[in-house]
Amino acid sequence: MSSTETRADLIVVGAGPAGASAALAAHRAGLAVVLIDEAGRPGGQVWRAPAAGVAIPEALRTQDDRDGAELRAAVAASGLRFVGDARVWSVTGRFRVDAATEAGTEAFVAPRLVAATGAHERVVPFPGWTLPGVIGLAAATVLLKSEAMLPGRRTVVAGCGPLLAAVAAKIVAGGGTVSGLVDLAGPADWLAVAPRLARRPRLLRQGLGWMIRIGLARVPVHFRHAVVAAEGGEAVEQVVIAPVDAEGAPVAGTRHRIAADALAVGHGLLAGAEIPRLLRASLRFEAEAGGWIPVLDTAGRTSIAGLYAAGDGAGIAGAAGALLSGRLAGLAAARDAGALAEGAFAAARDRILAERHAVEAFAGAVRRLMRPRRGLVDAIAPETVVCRCEDVTRAEIDAAVMAGAREVNQLKHFTRCGMGPCQGRFCGDTAAELVARHVGSREAAGVWTARPPLRPVPLDTLLGDFDYADIPVPKPAPL
Amino acid sequence: MTPVPSRERYDLAVVGGGVHGATVALFCARAGLRTILFERGSLCREASGVNAGTLTMQMTRVALIPYALQAHAMWASAPEWLGHDVGVVVCDGLSLAFTEGEAELLTYRAGKRREAGAPIDLVGPARALEIEPGLSERVLVAGHCKVDGFANAYLTGLAYRAALIEAGVTLCEQVPVAGAVPDGGGYELDTAAGTVRARRLVLAGGVWLEEMAAWLGLRLPIKVLINQLAVTERIAPVMRTVVGIASGLLSLKQYPHGTVVIGGGWQGRGDRVQGGVELVPDSLIGNMRLACHAIPALRRSRLARAWAGLEAETRDALPAAGPIPGFPDAWICGSVHSGYTSGPFIAKRLADRILERGEPDPLFPIDRLLAPEAGAAPSAPVAEAPLS
Repeated sequence: MSSTETRADLIVVGAGPAGASAALAAHRAGLAVVLIDEAGRPGGQVWRAPAAGVAIPEALRTQDDRDGAELRAAVAASGLRFVGDARVWSVTGRFRVDAATEAGTEAFVAPRLVAATGAHERVVPFPGWTLPGVIGLAAATVLLKSEAMLPGRRTVVAGCGPLLAAVAAKIVAGGGTVSGLVDLAGPADWLAVAPRLARRPRLLRQGLGWMIRIGLARVPVHFRHAVVAAEGGEAVEQVVIAPVDAEGAPVAGTRHRIAADALAVGHGLLAGAEIPRLLRASLRFEAEAGGWIPVLDTAGRTSIAGLYAAGDGAGIAGAAGALLSGRLAGLAAARDAGALAEGAFAAARDRILAERHAVEAFAGAVRRLMRPRRGLVDAIAPETVVCRCEDVTRAEIDAAVMAGAREVNQLKHFTRCGMGPCQGRFCGDTAAELVARHVGSREAAGVWTARPPLRPVPLDTLLGDFDYADIPVPKPAPL
Repeated sequence: MTPVPSRERYDLAVVGGGVHGATVALFCARAGLRTILFERGSLCREASGVNAGTLTMQMTRVALIPYALQAHAMWASAPEWLGHDVGVVVCDGLSLAFTEGEAELLTYRAGKRREAGAPIDLVGPARALEIEPGLSERVLVAGHCKVDGFANAYLTGLAYRAALIEAGVTLCEQVPVAGAVPDGGGYELDTAAGTVRARRLVLAGGVWLEEMAAWLGLRLPIKVLINQLAVTERIAPVMRTVVGIASGLLSLKQYPHGTVVIGGGWQGRGDRVQGGVELVPDSLIGNMRLACHAIPALRRSRLARAWAGLEAETRDALPAAGPIPGFPDAWICGSVHSGYTSGPFIAKRLADRILERGEPDPLFPIDRLLAPEAGAAPSAPVAEAPLS
């Protein structure tokens, strides 16, 4: 009853800029490549394709959409095998990837694997963050890009980093109202990173374009402010904001209440390193790069032979960085498979590393703007829910630490924090920060042990049709 | 914070902080022994914390039934003697047969377990459906046991931790022990927190008992089972009993918060050095198919998480619990098949022996398990066994 098994030279999980370029590079070098993604078409989050049947109005189209279309065309023309709408639920060693699709389950086996699973967003909890109408900044971009849909009629856009302006500008362009843009950073923070942002003139122009659009729409901008509560009955009705210090801690000053029916909020990005974690590759903690990331050599090799990591899942670096790290990992896989001579590989590697160096200053500036702010976490009120799958509050996390939980997996056992369907993707960073406050460091607080499935998967899809006689029940236990 | 062990000799040192070690330490400390407990990780985070939590007679070895019945009563009254709740639910349990072969196996096994004292009746499909309305209609016959139920295994560490501290045990979590040797007045332990001396020694290392026995020059082969488990997201009630299968290869129940835990001892990959490193997807699917065959409504749920837990098994799949031959005041306690269910009672009886209380219980002396000479291959271990 084994699933259908497809063999390849290389499996790439994730078809964003990193994964798609890894797959293309390896395929061009002669490897048989399978590229797998949750979405129906390549593009990932930044270059996300519109949903089937959704026409994105010209006014909403951006350079990202054009880059995404180009990537999709390149994958389609290449002849490599793309498996879309596939939920990867198991990844095991040397390497077998099991994916659930509408058609059932399929297993892919290859001696090499590139993990390019991107990032997910960090939302530091505040009272009301679980109300309907509150969504992540990245979730808002998905709605806008993929569905051409506004988060609400009057949306507050809050948090940090360039996504703020991107989301606000897209809402305005789509005919919505942004009732407030609430930025943890102040003008001085933006000025401090401006020279590094200027290293990528096209992206800087794009950002300025967003700002102009926001300015023309007379969106009220609140620098050095944070959302301290979302309030409402059935759904969000108003958003409370307060001035904060550089670390995001609320300070004395006027609290504003902004009427809104949606709040798009995000406090930076977390590297999605689930596959390296699942396969027990060496990890290291780097707060600005998105938390726990795999230890890599210059070409993207992890500590596990044959396992590579690229893109934001290997450390937040944005689409340009992802494209380059993906290409490099794909070439390294081809090199390690013997399809590419060392000389050709080394030359290509050096060119890519030089290009990556050029985009690194910009990426570093963006990381700086999206960095985690200690004060935000410290300000979480005791009764605020941190783990929304299991309704675990900050007070319960603190109490578990007082009861002896020294690291996050013990915390999980004491409180069920991180035991819900998201497996700690939403609460993990905050919970670990809270534990770290008591045990000294994030390294000491540890990291959730990764468990399959990578995303919840319907049993119906996994199990398919079967006869009882086909279940290979092992021999009975001793009496 | 981990306490700094005293330089003075303890009355008892326990190595291994699972249910066995923690229970021995708890009862000995309450009886007045100055007790220190070492756990290389966190309390009850291996087999005692990641098992399926089933407290069932229908998957328990016949020789263990008398212990398991007593242990079941202990789990059911945990707030009274442990002082803390581990979320125990006592409910009916069913063991199912879907084929003639399974019916034969079930009838034979239920009979043997009944002879050993387990209150198991055989019931037909109609009665089985009354007991468990979520059941598939394809059941031919079922074993029905009223002494069944489950605990929230992940709460075990939290509960024991509080109890041990209240009992005054010097609890050393995250403190590995590298060795223990006799030193005249008892035993000297080489620990990450320095040398510690104790008059008495209990080794309660589960799958790691083989290494621990080797500290004393003994060869005690212990097989490691890598039991896979899966849990669904929270769903509306689909079942209210513990459901198993004649072969023992299914353990299934729904927790009050809505998740359904699917187990049965299907094997993943790993070993005692690396832990359960990897799940086998086809085995996981086989186990889940069996579960959905038993409780069809389960098919509509989503798989939220799957993991593997290590279970220890001796050569004859019975516990290693008793004195260590040739080493006065040293005992071994652990490697119990379906150990979560029986653990508290076996460990409590060992504590009684250490304290020289009550009727002496022969327990399961390890003499039978010790390999005659290093390098000799142990006899074939008994196969698959579910982690309760």
